[in-house]
Amino acid sequence: MDWVNAIVQGALVGGLYALFAAGLSLMFGVMRLVNIAHGDLIVLAAYLGLVVVNATGLGPFLSLIIVVPVMFVLGYILQRGLLNFTLGGDILPPLLVTFGLSIIIQNALLEGFSADDQKLQAGNFETASLHITDQLAIGWFPFAIFLTALAVIGLLEFMLYRTALGRAFRATSDDSDTARLYGVRNRHVYSMATALALAVISIAAIFLAVRVNFDPASGPARLLYAFEAVIIGGLGSLWGTLAGGVVLGVAQAIGAQLNPGWEQLAGHVAFLLVLIVRPRGLFPRLVDG
Amino acid sequence: MKTTAVPLPTFRVERSTRTSWLGLVLAIAGVALLISLPWWGGEDDLRLVVEICYTLALAQLWNLLAGFAGLVSVGQQAFVGLGGYALFALTIIAKVPPIPAVALAGIVAAVLAVPTALIVFRLRGAYFAIGTWVMAELFSEIMGQLPDLGAGTGMSLPVAISRAVGATVYERETVLYYMGLVLGIGTVVLVFAWLRSRQGLALTAIRDSEIAAGSIGVNSARTKFAVYLLAALITGMVGALIYLENLRISPDAAFDVIDWTADIIFIVVIGGIGSIEGPFVGALVFFALRYFLADYGAWYMILLGAVAVIIMLLAPRGLWGLLSDRYDIHFFPVRRRVRLE
Repeated sequence: MDWVNAIVQGALVGGLYALFAAGLSLMFGVMRLVNIAHGDLIVLAAYLGLVVVNATGLGPFLSLIIVVPVMFVLGYILQRGLLNFTLGGDILPPLLVTFGLSIIIQNALLEGFSADDQKLQAGNFETASLHITDQLAIGWFPFAIFLTALAVIGLLEFMLYRTALGRAFRATSDDSDTARLYGVRNRHVYSMATALALAVISIAAIFLAVRVNFDPASGPARLLYAFEAVIIGGLGSLWGTLAGGVVLGVAQAIGAQLNPGWEQLAGHVAFLLVLIVRPRGLFPRLVDG
Repeated sequence: MKTTAVPLPTFRVERSTRTSWLGLVLAIAGVALLISLPWWGGEDDLRLVVEICYTLALAQLWNLLAGFAGLVSVGQQAFVGLGGYALFALTIIAKVPPIPAVALAGIVAAVLAVPTALIVFRLRGAYFAIGTWVMAELFSEIMGQLPDLGAGTGMSLPVAISRAVGATVYERETVLYYMGLVLGIGTVVLVFAWLRSRQGLALTAIRDSEIAAGSIGVNSARTKFAVYLLAALITGMVGALIYLENLRISPDAAFDVIDWTADIIFIVVIGGIGSIEGPFVGALVFFALRYFLADYGAWYMILLGAVAVIIMLLAPRGLWGLLSDRYDIHFFPVRRRVRLE
């Protein structure tokens, strides 16, 4: 039963990877921008949560009331003021500018908060679990992560296919020049995409910060998880990304169950296997241009 | 209507420039100076030159990948780490003498680059970049699982092996110095020769238009694959040399993205991507900034990152690009120019 427990927990935690990945996927989908600083922005949001919790005494989840809008605005400004200038035919500028941004954020956090581990406390909620049978128990916290991932991805899908903004996103994604002819303001649309991506990141960041210790150098590993979930799931499909996150979470859980040192290794191996067997992922929608 | 044949103007193709001859003279003088350094420089000078040499070699190789072959890798630390670990495995387990082991370590890295390439070449553009990073993490995790190579905490090189490099400290430092010099200068010469060869012409054609290059018979996949393996080979040797000098290896340090890739990317971007002179200029800026700002820790990296971002946005061909456009200087001409006579 240890195995069943581990796999169920892994699948639920996969929701966290899906939340990491949703923002990456959205930005790539709308403007073909791969943000190398994605993981560092997650960690930045986690530190922002820490600051809010310490300053106001709010619980970690309530701190989202402040963290989400701040990250949303930051995302808009980041895109409008910097990343928009990197877009164009060449892949080098966006890649290298976001890579530089990643190093800047890491070192700024190091300067501001030192290299010490940090964590957000959520009390009993972190460890409480729902007993299903004597041997099988589902932690409330992983369960909440998964439900949140379902809700966030559901809302993003709704936004993409049922709202004017979503229509602008899809139009720009398909053909940005033609979309402009129809009055879509590309620079604004791109900025909204990044703003939304950073809002989603904030939710993921708070879950991350409650679940594990984090420090200024924790970002790149989160970028890699997000990337693996996107590729496993298939480009351009948000539900696929959720599936990718679950595959990654389950693989890590199985690895950890075999040998505590194999957790990360198993995740990477699962990613490689998918890339070898199904190079376009499990549920591809976009053609990578 | 009568048509008259317009005579084709006579022309010649120039490959060298006036400054390239100047460059050659300067380069020979510089190399002679460096060769004589062990007779008049201190141990710290030798170590600094070795560090500059391997940094320059890594920068030239990354520039060959990203600036000429369009392969933007964020995972070159994979081959530094593999080279270092191969050196430890070859000298400790297989009892290979350390100096040939450095060359062999490069071959090990190149062999492991074959399956790596087969996997990451399935990804395009930015996803290729992150894919190479995942591969580096994978190799790091695997090395961390090998008890004979110190597992997660790493290990030191036995004293007997570093003695085999040279009996005294001075002798060791001198041998390592010349190895560094050979790798640094050798890499520049190799990249220069590669870019002036048919391979280089194919790369330039691919960079300008992959479709057009394909239509005149350039095999894009094979050309890129060859460059990737070449970069892995030399990067592996550099990694082996670094860890022969460091005497201690661990997965976290050997596969560190900051030391072996981020710094290198900043050097190439600041100096000028897509030219051989660029990494020289970038390395100069990098070591100068480090000299003056070493005490500021994180601020130094923030500044370096910010400078790289600004240069990427305002002068995408770096400091060298600005200079060579303005004054038309080319120390390492890899282009062909048609001159009408």
